[in-house]
Amino acid sequence: MLLSQLSAAASPLTQEQLQKLQGLVAELNPIQQAWVSGYLAANANTAALAGTLGQAPAAASEAAPLTILYGSQTGNAKGVAAQLESAAKARGLQTKLVNMADYKPSALKKEQFIAVAVSTYGEGEPPEDAETLHAFLAGKKAPKLDGVKVAVLGLGDSSYEFFCQTAIDFEERLQKLGAESVVARADLDVDYEDQATAWIDSALDAFEPALKAQQTEGGANVVAMPLATAGAHASQYTKQNPFSAEISVVQKITGRNSTKDVRHVEISLEGSDIAYQPGDSLGVFFLNDEQRVDEVIALLGLEGDSEVTLGNETLTLRTALIEKLELTQSYPGFVEKYAAATNNAELSTLAGDKAALREYIEARQIFDIIKQQPGTLSAQALVDSCRKIQPRLYSIASSQAEVEEEVHLTVGLVEFDAFGETHQGGCSGYLAHRVEEGTQVKVFSEHNDNFRLPADDNTPVIMVGPGTGIAPFRAFLQEREARDAEGDNWLFFGNPHFTQDFLYQVELQKYVKSGVLNRIDLAFSRDQAEKIYVQDRLREKGQDVYTWLQNGAHFYVCGDASRMAKDVHQALVDIVKQYAGKSDEEAEEYLKELRSAGRYQKDVY
Amino acid sequence: MSNSDYKPNSKLDPNAKLSDNERLKTQSNLLRGTITNDLGDQLTGGFTADNFQLIRFHGMYQQDDRDIRAERIKQKLEPMHNVMLRARMPGGIIKPHQWLAIDKFAEEKTEYGSIRLTTRQTFQFHGVLKPHIKEMHLTLNDVGIDSIATAGDVNRNVLCTTNPVESELHQEAYEWAARISEHLLPKTRAYAEIWLNGEKQETTEEEPVLGSTYLPRKFKTTVTIPPNNEVDVHANDLNLVAIAEDGKLVGFNVLVGGGLAMTHGDVNTYPRKADDFGFISLDDTLAVAEHVVGVQRDWGNRANRKNAKTKYTLDTFGSDAFKAEVEKRAGVTFAPSRPYEFTHRGDRIGWVEGIDGKHHLTVFIQSGRILDYPDKPLKTGCRKIAEIHQGDFRMTANQNLIIAGVPAEQKAEIEQLAREHGLIDDAHTEQRKNSMACVSLPTCPLAMAEAERYLPDLIEKTEAILAKHEIADDDIILRVVGCPNGCGRAMLAEIGFVGKGPGKYNVYLGGNRAGTRIPKLYLENVGEEVYLPALDELIGQWAKARQPDECFGDFVIRKEIVAEVKVSKTDFHA
Repeated sequence: MLLSQLSAAASPLTQEQLQKLQGLVAELNPIQQAWVSGYLAANANTAALAGTLGQAPAAASEAAPLTILYGSQTGNAKGVAAQLESAAKARGLQTKLVNMADYKPSALKKEQFIAVAVSTYGEGEPPEDAETLHAFLAGKKAPKLDGVKVAVLGLGDSSYEFFCQTAIDFEERLQKLGAESVVARADLDVDYEDQATAWIDSALDAFEPALKAQQTEGGANVVAMPLATAGAHASQYTKQNPFSAEISVVQKITGRNSTKDVRHVEISLEGSDIAYQPGDSLGVFFLNDEQRVDEVIALLGLEGDSEVTLGNETLTLRTALIEKLELTQSYPGFVEKYAAATNNAELSTLAGDKAALREYIEARQIFDIIKQQPGTLSAQALVDSCRKIQPRLYSIASSQAEVEEEVHLTVGLVEFDAFGETHQGGCSGYLAHRVEEGTQVKVFSEHNDNFRLPADDNTPVIMVGPGTGIAPFRAFLQEREARDAEGDNWLFFGNPHFTQDFLYQVELQKYVKSGVLNRIDLAFSRDQAEKIYVQDRLREKGQDVYTWLQNGAHFYVCGDASRMAKDVHQALVDIVKQYAGKSDEEAEEYLKELRSAGRYQKDVY
Repeated sequence: MSNSDYKPNSKLDPNAKLSDNERLKTQSNLLRGTITNDLGDQLTGGFTADNFQLIRFHGMYQQDDRDIRAERIKQKLEPMHNVMLRARMPGGIIKPHQWLAIDKFAEEKTEYGSIRLTTRQTFQFHGVLKPHIKEMHLTLNDVGIDSIATAGDVNRNVLCTTNPVESELHQEAYEWAARISEHLLPKTRAYAEIWLNGEKQETTEEEPVLGSTYLPRKFKTTVTIPPNNEVDVHANDLNLVAIAEDGKLVGFNVLVGGGLAMTHGDVNTYPRKADDFGFISLDDTLAVAEHVVGVQRDWGNRANRKNAKTKYTLDTFGSDAFKAEVEKRAGVTFAPSRPYEFTHRGDRIGWVEGIDGKHHLTVFIQSGRILDYPDKPLKTGCRKIAEIHQGDFRMTANQNLIIAGVPAEQKAEIEQLAREHGLIDDAHTEQRKNSMACVSLPTCPLAMAEAERYLPDLIEKTEAILAKHEIADDDIILRVVGCPNGCGRAMLAEIGFVGKGPGKYNVYLGGNRAGTRIPKLYLENVGEEVYLPALDELIGQWAKARQPDECFGDFVIRKEIVAEVKVSKTDFHA
């Protein structure tokens, strides 16, 4: 809702307060508004903790609240947790919203009501923030949780094999300790929003009686404040309500002989209130390739202008396929539904064999499945077989301190040949080949407090960002320069070839020259017989890396999760072992402490 | 005489500020600079500040692929920096095992994969990336090749007429070329230390001949066997013209002060012929060479690099004064010149038999670019020949290659290989064989217009004009250069094209066959639409109105289409 439309009746403000606020806001640009918004949110939180708002916290503490634990990688689980919290508050329930990373496992034995919202990434792994608690629950120190009521919601991506594995683990471990699930666990896919809302309702329905009874006893009550969830700023533009932004630049930044196609994309946020910080991501909605959509429509003997319904929207099949439905990244649910809709015995059998299905979808985009198994089905049935298109998240490669109302991305084009034709990633193909200067694209910013520059500008930072992993570090360097930060900056970058793949080479040269970048180490893996990667450079500079860490440096890794981040982690373990004279376990412990202190942060995918 | 004796002469402004290159040489620690640091700099493929210039003294130029320069700026990538290496090969002689080594390196470690024969009778590697530079020098060193002083303010690669027929005379002349090259070479160990992992020595080094700040400008030397003026004496600072009696070398006529470089729009710069100082006997050769260099070292203009070459020193001080100073320093008196004559400059393509009974095959290499073309695997052909060849190769100043010293019994086999790989092509016209271009785009940083890549097209258009006027078997010495610096010696051509801008050239007319006359500007800054019709008209006149055996260059002078340049300083820009 826009502030100008706000009336005193719809807000907790008096008419006079509202006028003052409207007067002030009219003078502020979007960035200033973002700052004020964040300031007020933080101020209100502090005030609430100090007990100046709402009821006396001492009384509340006697009753067990609904403890909402979230473990989030990209912020989705955190968002669902926050939604759960406000829904609970709206019912007058006392809640405690905690990031698993900040949760003391020893507090578990005092809990009576626990809701868990946790995502899964990579090969069934918990998000970093959840790692400690995830491991604790399986360990010997975990307390008995008899009589504790729990509800678990998982977020994941069904195109990966170990879908929602972390949520499964949490529920199993909690149950093993004696806890009881009050509602069936939700394993939600990338298009989780609607189902999450439904699950929250049923979970709260299940919690409410016991929780209320107990809380009434304790005499607690909480005034629900219509404040934004934690975070510096909440834009009116969200995944559900993205901003239509104009693309101003799409520039290939790998050389003509590169094996990679990486694009530097600049998007104007002018006219929006979107504010972001270095470390945040940008969600980008894309359009499917019209040519491929038309191919599929023709192949299935359908008409592009047939009307279909999607939720409560009516639109043409062609529009639905181009704008609304996922057609690149395949996932098991599609195969199941499409097999049923087309009465395809082969696909049905396949859908029943998990391992075979996994292999099948890994090799194919949804386009491929349809093309290889064309069947007879109605336009509506096709639409119903697909899930909603999901925006892709890109680590932002700019700082607003430098680029103001722009946002920059570093997009690696996913491109491969299969089944006799070239395939492209849904969003990267869109950005690299199907947009031009002036194209409107729907975006929203996604905050990531797990990837932040040190609050203290004097703190040194080590950044490891090979490939497109360089993106957030470009933002970091812009920010550190704009802030005249005194802390030293050290970058490790790698890619196949020096002459072709040195992303942002000229900018980095300038940062070195101006002294913003104090050190840079490069690993061009294919420029010599033996392959050299960033982790090798880290080891070579191990003594200095350790010294920097001992001097309080923050360590950041961005890029490939499946190999690079693990190899970098192992290099760190080895460095700590060698230069601190520690055992494997002690070195891991050292890094764990770094992580708890927010000094070892990852943005990996 | 050491360099410390250098004092600005009264004919030059004694208070003039020395050019920045003088500071650079002074501070270079005898050509070391901080090149080693730059080699370890991972952030750039180039060299920084002074080192960018200093590597030239080690035979390399930093270049980049200019075709993609603008593209890479957009890609936020630095220019595609690489180096060009020019080897030191006095007289252009290279042995088969050396050839195999450079063939392999060019193939595996250069961006362009070519061996480029040049007008300095040597080869160049183009497109060597920084990580391969040391390996390149080590590879060359393994087969006895270096690139010391093939560029920069020093005496560069010494040329020697390839003349394969008069084997003994050539051998003697070649040996002088090699000795002069060694004698005038920088003595610093910088090259060995930087590129060959040579140990640093604590000895105090000196540059007895060149001085610690080296020469004011580049310096070029030839040993020439008349009547072939293949090396173009008038493009060189110092020429030793071989004088033989009964087939035995007895001494040299010394020609000093030739040079072709100029700067567009600067009338104080001009191409100039060398002056004949007179005859010296063989015994005085090294002393004269050393002191011509020495006088130029001490008298040359170190404040203005555009006025620094020997040709300007002669015009500033007077040729006689310069000569007298050389005589005084060398303790030699020049005798009157012995008679000699230059009649031609081109290479005799095909087989010749030497007086020693050995056979020599000269193959035409268009623009000297040895590469495996789709229909002409020249590079493979050269490699296959090198694998069996028992003599040597000679790189000519016309950018061609001689397979020299073939015994009669191997002639057929070599010829077959040459034909199979397009090294012998009977379709090459005389016009093509007498046309030449410098490297220019995309690698040369000085290039203003295309040269090597444009030449084939220009030759065809010229051939069409000749054919139109029914003189298809005639030819005109035609040279195209990308800039006025002079590598392709357009300023000694009958028709010289000098690049001015993309697709635009200054057209000079009036050089002669023997290379003893500087041409004069005819058209300025024009494109094909202007110069092709103009050439059509002139060649048409030449076809109709020429005298017997009158070459095009002589015709345009006789018909006063351009005025003859007799004294460059006064005539060239008149």
